[in-house]
Amino acid sequence: MSDTRTAAFPNVETTVLGADEIIINMGPQHPSTHGVLRVKLKLDGEKVVDSECIIGYLHRGVEKIAEHRSYQQFAPYVDRMDYVAAVSNGLGYCEAVEKLMGVEAPPRAKVIRTILTELQRIASHLLWLGTHALDIGALTPIFYCFREREEILKIFEKYCGARLTTHAFRIGGLQYEAYDELEKDVERFSKDLEHKIDEYEQLLTENRIWVGRTKGIGVLTAEDAIAMGATGPVLRASGVKWDIRKALPYAAYDQYEFEIPTGKNGDTYDRYLVRMEEMRQSRRICLQAIQNIPAGPIMARIGKVLKPPAGEVYHSIEAPKGELGYYVVSDGSTQPYRVRIRPPSFVNLQAFDLMVRGHLVADVVAIIGTIDIVLGEVDR
Amino acid sequence: MAPPAGEPRTPAAPAGAAAPPRPPAPPKESPPKPEPLENELVKRLKARFGDAIREAWVDRKQAILVVSTKRLRDIARYLRDEEKFDFLTDVTAVDWPKREQRFDVVLNLYSFRKNERLRLKAHAAEAESVPSVTDVWPTANWLEREVFDMFGIRFEGHPNLKRILLPDEWQGHPLRKDYDILTQDEAWVRENLGIQSGQ
Repeated sequence: MSDTRTAAFPNVETTVLGADEIIINMGPQHPSTHGVLRVKLKLDGEKVVDSECIIGYLHRGVEKIAEHRSYQQFAPYVDRMDYVAAVSNGLGYCEAVEKLMGVEAPPRAKVIRTILTELQRIASHLLWLGTHALDIGALTPIFYCFREREEILKIFEKYCGARLTTHAFRIGGLQYEAYDELEKDVERFSKDLEHKIDEYEQLLTENRIWVGRTKGIGVLTAEDAIAMGATGPVLRASGVKWDIRKALPYAAYDQYEFEIPTGKNGDTYDRYLVRMEEMRQSRRICLQAIQNIPAGPIMARIGKVLKPPAGEVYHSIEAPKGELGYYVVSDGSTQPYRVRIRPPSFVNLQAFDLMVRGHLVADVVAIIGTIDIVLGEVDR
Repeated sequence: MAPPAGEPRTPAAPAGAAAPPRPPAPPKESPPKPEPLENELVKRLKARFGDAIREAWVDRKQAILVVSTKRLRDIARYLRDEEKFDFLTDVTAVDWPKREQRFDVVLNLYSFRKNERLRLKAHAAEAESVPSVTDVWPTANWLEREVFDMFGIRFEGHPNLKRILLPDEWQGHPLRKDYDILTQDEAWVRENLGIQSGQ
């Protein structure tokens, strides 16, 4: 195992390059790196022989900030990690602190949380689909994707007033009651989405250029995916049927029926298919959830000042990009002693080097897109 | 035993300010005593590694093992191969500056087959290095680099131990409890970032 998976990139100053080899720099201000990712590529002709990701341009010290805020004060900060899926971040953090305190959100809050989180998954996947297709050269999907994403953001806005960094949930439950037409809005959106996803698939799934650019590109075997700690759609496209919503259910996921889509080849095309199917499943969960939102309180009975008993907890959720984990240590005071965030993008990005070797420079863009990274989360 | 209980929090004020030491936290509404963990897994581990398994307890229904730092890699390999904890979810650390061995290096493991999590902890003193588990789980590569970056813990046997999130020239390790924004090197900020530090 001391092979390419753990090796270091050669030092530029001291490496002796072959006649056809060059080292090029990509990013951090490159539109296809989805933020401020910088990649150093060692090329042999047009083929990538080695790569190194340089990250940290967006590091804000979120984990350090957590140690100087109360538990509630820190909650809005987590929205700013994966800023295209803020609701999922908030869910993970709130549930982790709830677990630490030994309280549980009321059933009504859990169901509303599930609905919003699944909508967020769809929104995140739509953004991924639009930008990923744009990177590869399909200009149309992004307009369609943003049209549908807008509907989701409108639902968020109606629910809590914010569109992106929503801070939709609170520790112990919800701040806001569901607005009157939430069910109707979600139902209309979910019903529409079905044929909209078909539309996207018509544009791409059998498109010769799309297939040519994605099939066999960035292959990650199941064994490698597990060794590299990949989670989420990246892991599932490699054929590992594992989803935290099923394996270790949280929120209200144990009440709903849905499938875990998996791929076979672990290439960019399979990851595309997995995410498309995930959107359909999320839509299915939403439709089931709105059928029966239990009545009752939306907030558990907790004090205004949170003082979880000393101890620690690890809680993770299936965020749109993979396993998002929170490891929270309490010393019994009002501020967390330590909050560790296990970001899915950071760990998934580590497999980039393995996926990119042997491919052409043009495929690098496709592979960055297919991992679905958000640099706010990679760098924290 | 579980360290959190006796550890008074370092105040956020700059170190050295004569903040009155908080009185030792009085036993409030009986802090939950961690229950010792005694299951088949711990028995097997103890039979095989003896004293290297220091403590085992359950906190919020989650299994925690404290193991000897020196034998961390052997235990990791055994857990991966024999006990099927094939997935390393996370590597991180916690700083307890008042303790003799101030760092907890924390490994979160998961087993697909058992659908179970396990948390491994190894204590490390300030200058002590911890065996790297990159050859057991390659995913530890970046995670250990982050721990090195944020805490300054060195991992022995790591193929590429350098900073990952902060610039290479950065001074200090931010997630240590004694690191403070006021102690940052203003000259460095001026020179490298081209801005006047605002403090």
